[in-house]
Parts: sequence; C-alpha cells; structure tokens
Amino acid sequence: MTVQGNNSILATRDLNKNFGSLIVARSIELSLPLGARYALIGPNGAGKTTLINLITGMVRPDGGQILLDGEDITGLDPAMRVKRGLVRTFQINTLFPNLSPLEAVTLAVCERRGEAGTWWRGLPSYNAAIEEAYRILQTLMLAEDCERPTRQLAYGQQRLLEIALALAAQPKVLLLDEPAAGVPKDESGELFKAVAGISSDITVLFIEHDMELVFRFATRIIVMVSGAILTQGTPEEIASDQRVRDVYLGQAHHG
Amino acid sequence: MSVTTAPALSTFDPRELLRAQVKWRWLETVFWLAALLPYLVAPTYLVLASQIAIAALFALSLDLIVGYSGLVSLGHAAFFGFGAYTAGLLAKFGWGEPLTGLLAAGCAALVLGYLTSFIIVRISHFALIMVTLGLCLLLYEIANKAHWLTGGDDGLQGVRMWPLLGEFRFDLYGRTAYGYSLIVLFVSFLILRRLINSPFGLSLRGIRENARRMPAIGSPSSNRIRTIYVISATFAGLAGGLLAQTTEFVALDALSFQRSAEVLVMLVLGGAGRLYGGIVGALIFMVARDQLADMNPQYWYFWLGLLLIVVIIFLPNGILGGCADLLARWRRRA
Repeated sequence: MTVQGNNSILATRDLNKNFGSLIVARSIELSLPLGARYALIGPNGAGKTTLINLITGMVRPDGGQILLDGEDITGLDPAMRVKRGLVRTFQINTLFPNLSPLEAVTLAVCERRGEAGTWWRGLPSYNAAIEEAYRILQTLMLAEDCERPTRQLAYGQQRLLEIALALAAQPKVLLLDEPAAGVPKDESGELFKAVAGISSDITVLFIEHDMELVFRFATRIIVMVSGAILTQGTPEEIASDQRVRDVYLGQAHHG
Repeated sequence: MSVTTAPALSTFDPRELLRAQVKWRWLETVFWLAALLPYLVAPTYLVLASQIAIAALFALSLDLIVGYSGLVSLGHAAFFGFGAYTAGLLAKFGWGEPLTGLLAAGCAALVLGYLTSFIIVRISHFALIMVTLGLCLLLYEIANKAHWLTGGDDGLQGVRMWPLLGEFRFDLYGRTAYGYSLIVLFVSFLILRRLINSPFGLSLRGIRENARRMPAIGSPSSNRIRTIYVISATFAGLAGGLLAQTTEFVALDALSFQRSAEVLVMLVLGGAGRLYGGIVGALIFMVARDQLADMNPQYWYFWLGLLLIVVIIFLPNGILGGCADLLARWRRRA
C-alpha cells in the first residue's frame, strides 16, 4: 500500500502510544524530506527515545502509521525495516562485547548483503564484505583497534562503533539516539566529525541534549514535550521560541 | 580447507585478522592424532573411548546453542534419546545397517528439533530452561510407558547391528565401535567448525553477544536461532544413534534429565563456545567417572561436584578457557 507522503522519505501519521495511563506518544506527525538533518530535542521523559522505538518497530504503536519513502511500514518487524533502509543507533551502547569491531561491522555488512545465513563458506572468503567493513571503520577512525574485543574499546570509540554498525546497513534514514551521550566534552570532537561526515544522501534524525551539536548540524529542530510535538522550526526560530525556553532551554541542565 | 589467496596488498589486509582466527592449528592435528592412541596404548579401554567420542559429539551439539548462540537448554537429551531409540528400533526390527540407521537417527532428531523450534524462539532464559526440561521429561515418560515398543525401564533389547560397511563387526572390545564413533565425531567436527567460522556462525555469536542489537542490523535472529537449534538437535540425535548402535542397547536414561545435566556439565568443564571445550569436557568427565567410580562407586558425584565448583570458581571459561587465558598471559610477557 502506498500513501502519498508529499516528498518525505520518512513520515508518521497520527502515531499514538500509551504505557498504561502514561501517554508517551500523542498523535505524532513527523515528516522528514530526503537528505534532511533534523534534531529531536526535549526534556528527559518527553518520549524521544520511545518515538525512535516506535519508528523502528521495537515498540508497537497503539495507532497511527509510519511511512518510509511513501510506503506503510507500520506492520513490519524491526529487521525488515532495517533491510528497507531505516536504521538506528542506541543511546546506551548496544554492541557485541566479545566481537571485534571488524567482526561486528562485517556481520552487519553480511546481513545487509543477505550473506549472513550462509554456513558452508568461511568468513575470510567474503572479501567484499570485509573490505567494506574495514573502510567504514577507517572513516570512523576505528581501524587501528578493529581487532580488539569491543568491550576493551574506550567509551568514545564504542559510540563511534554504534554509528559504524548503523552505516554498515546502508541506511536511507538514520535515527541517532544521542550519539554523544556520555562522551566527555574534550573527546566529542571525533564524534561530531563522524556525525558531520555522514553522507548527504542519508536522511538523519538525531536526538541530542548537547546543544552545540544540535545547533551545529540540525537544519531543523523538533521539540517534544510529554509525548507530543510542541513545535518545530529552524534553529533560529527554536532558539527564540519562548515556549521552548520555558520547557527546555530555560532549565538547560542536560548537556 | 580451501584457502583463498590474498591479492598482493602492500598495505594491511583486514582479511588476515579473520583468517588467523579460523586457521587450522598444528595443535589440532596433534589432538586428532592423539585420538588414535587408545588403539596402541589402551586397547582394553576402547569401549570407554567410544563412549567418550559419543559424549563429545553430544557436548559439541549442545555447544552450538549454549556456547555459540547463548541459549540455554536443560533438555538436550530429548534429541539424544530420540536418535538413540530411532537407531535402536530400526536395528531391532530388521534394519541393522549402521550408516543408514545413523542417518535415520539424525533425521528423526532433526524433525523433532524442527517441531519444537517453533516454541523455542518465543521464549528465553528461565522459561527456555523449563520448556526444554519439560520436553525431555515428556519424552522420557512416553518412552517409559511405551513398554511394548521401547522396553520401558528395562531398556531396548535385541538390537542387532550388521557389520559396518559390510566388513567390520561390532566386537566386544569396541575396536569397530571406537573407530566408527571417532570418524563420525571427526566428520561432524569438521562440518561444525566450518559452520562456526562462516557468516552464519558469526551471526550466532552476535545473538549471544547482544540479541537486542541483531534486529537493528537487519538480522532475522529468530530464523537463525531456529536453524541452529535444528542443527544442534540433529547432531545430538547422531550421538544418540551412535550410542544405540555401538552398545546394541538403548537404556531409558538416554532420555533422562541426568543425561541433559551431564552434557551441560561436560561443556562447562571443558569450556563453552570453543568447539574443543565439549570434547575435552567429555574426556575429563568420562575418564574421571570411570576412574573414580572404580575406586568408590557411591562417591563419584562427590568428586564431580567438587571438580565442578573448583572449575567454575577458578576457571569460569572452563578448562580450555583457562588454558587460553594462561597462554595469552604468557605470550604477553614473552
């Protein structure tokens, strides 16, 4: 079923979700044009991560639709959405502690290429997949440590690996859940560079508390409060919006 | 093993890193050659050696789901016993040809594994332990009640095997039994080694390491879990079939909870998730039981319990895991 999504690569229509009596998504209407760089901000508990969970299928909505490139994907499971190009990262590192970055990213590449179900061929013979994985690690400055177990990597490197795993899926739309979460200010440079370096073909929606990152990369900002979209606009509009200051920027203790 | 030759890259080749992991090591050759030693040095222990090889295959099959995929099962004997009864009944009712009988045992366990895999993928952790255990108990009682067919707790008697390949009779000393069991173990090992070192094997380790991330990289992990569960069941069935054929008898305890627990103990002792762990664990377990039970039959579980506690506390990754850690430390110092 195709629904006209007025040129948006990702859209939600009247998306609703309750956890018991708590409303975490209140008729969310979202529309991301191709190649967009949108930031999703809001105070803790506003439902930002839940929205990403809803869009990626990790949480089922109570009502509403999710459209990827005009197609209704509301009924697809998370892995199928990834196959269609809707990929996310996690706020809390969700990695493979005892796999090396090279193994982990090779696995993600093999999954995308539909080769990860093959059991009769040795992994080292998958030249293209391994080389692609290694290139991704190179761009994210992880190549030097690509054979160490992930659990031994520095925290900032693990944040980069989160992005590497997502890029390996060759996303059309990439949802970054606080890419810089927990990274000390003086180490966030590489991470900012990684986010800035994401190909402009990829549409990005990112949650972030770090206002420097938000105002540096976002062309548009969506503000969420208690499960609903309060407002959205350009960074300048948002910065001067009194309501936003009241609920969010005014208390700015999140960075 | 096929070796793909690397193109001449002057720079660093990431494939080398992965290739180093899957390379056949000389120690492995030594290990498998040593497996032939019982013929030379301990010809009176060939029956035991055969049972060790069978236990090793069983532990190897369990390692696929416990060690590599991070699932738990306390009812793996269901497949072992199902394979054993399949091979035993076939031979009892007129088809004593070993290889096809063994194949039938594997296929029977495969079918049982396939049918139960639908439940397995829906649950995890504690529920999985209970369901696998429940399945095993269920089969145990069915086999117990079906006295007319299985002999109940008297065991399945009257199993008559034809000579292996029409040549080698199953003798009392276990000469044929051990050779047969060892070859089946070795061939199974080669297949599973290849499987573990494949992209599929890597995706299993991904499930073990972080099942939550797998869908986020586009992996249909439920399918993978079902596949490996069925494969694991098949090899457990082969192990059971081997036992039935080489002993020409099936005891009801092939399906018992104890057998499920013992194979888990072997795997934990040897070290899960490293292929050889189950084999080494089976070797230690069976030899210890043989020796300790000779000294004092009632006391064997005391020593087993002690061994298990010591290994778990001091070598949480099993005996092989402990050896690997020692080796790594020694290399770093050198």
